[in-house]
Amino acid sequence: MAVRGNIVGIDSPEALERALRTAYYLADDGLATAAYLGLALGKPLLLEGAPGVGKTEAAKAIAAVLGRRLIRLQCYEGIDASAALYEWNYPRQMLAIRQAGEESIDIYGETFLIERPMLAALRAPDSTVLLIDEIDRADQEFEAFLLEFLSDFQISIPERGTVRAAERPVVVLTSNRTRDLHEALRRRCVYHWIEYPTADREARIVMMRASSVAESTARAVVAAVGKLRREPLSKAPGIAEAVDWAEAATLLHERGARWPDAFKRSIGVALKDEEDLTFISGRLDALIAEAAA
Amino acid sequence: MSDELQLPQAARAFVSFVALLRINGFAVAPEQTTAFLAAIELLGPRSMEAIRLAGLATLAPPPERRATYDRLFDLHFLGSEAIDHAGAEDEEVVRLQEEGRGEDETLLADEANESGLAAARAEALVERRFAASATGDALRKLSREAPARLPRRRGHRRMRSRRGPLADLRRTLRESVRNDGEVLRLGRLKRRERPRKVLLLIDVSGSMKGRTDDNMKLSHALVHAIPHVEVFTFGTRLTRVTRPLRLKRREQALSAAAHLVSDWDGGTRIGDALQAFLAVPRFGGYARGAAVVILSDGLERGDPSALRDAVAKLSRRAWRLSWMTPLATGPGFQPQTEALIAIRRFVDDLVDGGSTAAIVSHVLSLGQRKAA
Repeated sequence: MAVRGNIVGIDSPEALERALRTAYYLADDGLATAAYLGLALGKPLLLEGAPGVGKTEAAKAIAAVLGRRLIRLQCYEGIDASAALYEWNYPRQMLAIRQAGEESIDIYGETFLIERPMLAALRAPDSTVLLIDEIDRADQEFEAFLLEFLSDFQISIPERGTVRAAERPVVVLTSNRTRDLHEALRRRCVYHWIEYPTADREARIVMMRASSVAESTARAVVAAVGKLRREPLSKAPGIAEAVDWAEAATLLHERGARWPDAFKRSIGVALKDEEDLTFISGRLDALIAEAAA
Repeated sequence: MSDELQLPQAARAFVSFVALLRINGFAVAPEQTTAFLAAIELLGPRSMEAIRLAGLATLAPPPERRATYDRLFDLHFLGSEAIDHAGAEDEEVVRLQEEGRGEDETLLADEANESGLAAARAEALVERRFAASATGDALRKLSREAPARLPRRRGHRRMRSRRGPLADLRRTLRESVRNDGEVLRLGRLKRRERPRKVLLLIDVSGSMKGRTDDNMKLSHALVHAIPHVEVFTFGTRLTRVTRPLRLKRREQALSAAAHLVSDWDGGTRIGDALQAFLAVPRFGGYARGAAVVILSDGLERGDPSALRDAVAKLSRRAWRLSWMTPLATGPGFQPQTEALIAIRRFVDDLVDGGSTAAIVSHVLSLGQRKAA
């Protein structure tokens, strides 16, 4: 098992957790352990969880901790190699052929190659973190294609030969679990399922992310969001929504709105579905009063 | 030689834990075992909790089986004797709230619906007798024709075509190189078509007893005919049975599914079941842009307004929503029950689900019609 030696100053999950905190990300023990093992063993880190629990943020924080550039590859239905790996600049090639006239010209030179995220990460493995976001949106074919990349960290370009990473790049994959990922992909990765944080930790996250928010506000928002998550809503509010809600309520309060009212009027940043709003509207007052108590 | 291959004493406990996981149905690959051992070595001597977390990260048990993993871990490393077999229900089952309530209401609801139903049922029986022998033929027809006839959607990838809307620069360049950079013909591309998702929701309550068996056979045939099929059963609970149905042999698949579903022939709370389906983001996503087929008689024991809301929500997510009920036997079918009347305006088709042949012919016709 290849163990990566050069993670600067991070020699245990606790050290990583502390470092992540300086990047404004509060990780729990499970995530810190998984991320540390991923870095140390040179394996990709696969993060799954409900929307809005901070999967993408985790990747950003890891990049910040390592002092590397984050390269993000957003997956979508129908994503293919030319969007993920590389693409030739065809108009430029055609122009070059025309301009060259009788002279010979190499149209597969560096100037005609357009780097896409995976190739970019492969060429600079020591200064980048590759985030493959929402892999569950991509087709199964793309997942199979990823398998090769994630185990060998190499890409072959027929016209130029094989590009191999000098060292194992740091790769983070995220998935909302709208479909089951293939076992072979999970097997190659270090895996972590991100749960919604405990009320206490979420309150600390809210305060860390939104510095203008007072502690009592943060606790009230987190309590209300926790209650909302237990309701059968079509989209439960995530952490990002909790942060937005706290910020919005604080802003309204500063502009002169009274407390429970400020909460209630800014519900739109936490619940973004008309049906959910109607469903909850009757009990919203009681729910907010209970949370604020 | 053999001495060198012996595992160190300390590592044995970890390797045997992996073996224990495998016996309990976790898929753990050898390289994951290696990663697990490397992780433990890396973390050094620490608490049991660190080993548990290392196992979670490297052996990657699916989140819905996390409870089982924890129990096995406790059993293996902590020697915990309190293994709670009764609580072993961490599979893909969503239990509906207040399950007991359905039982009392069964009788009441039956009485209330009796008058309208009796006539329809008696009529239905006459037509259905002919259909029974045709079940096998219908399933074969489904397997044979489904790949070509089920609905398709436009995919994102492109393929070459003689007259497509997009220019194929790559091919054009390659051909122009052959002609000294002269572009003689512009290659064209078109969007590729892909099969649309199909979501099958099967009512397994007592009132559907006569159809349940055939419906499960049908869903097995469909799962094997095309990709992207999801199958759920509902009665007093909602159960995802796609996984067992993927088994190739039908008897084996159906018995595995039967093992998972624990609410056969019970009461029905369709509204609650569909609400539960929509409330789990992972499940609700299966309905998005899918051809949704519900096989149910719509005899609702619960609150009809819950059913109406759920169906309205589902119809907005689905590409096309078909409700197939054994009570609808002819084209001039008029719903009698309160629940079916309430949902009629949300469903695209409210048609006969009384025989396998009828369901098959409707499912195969889905691709030909435009969504309403």
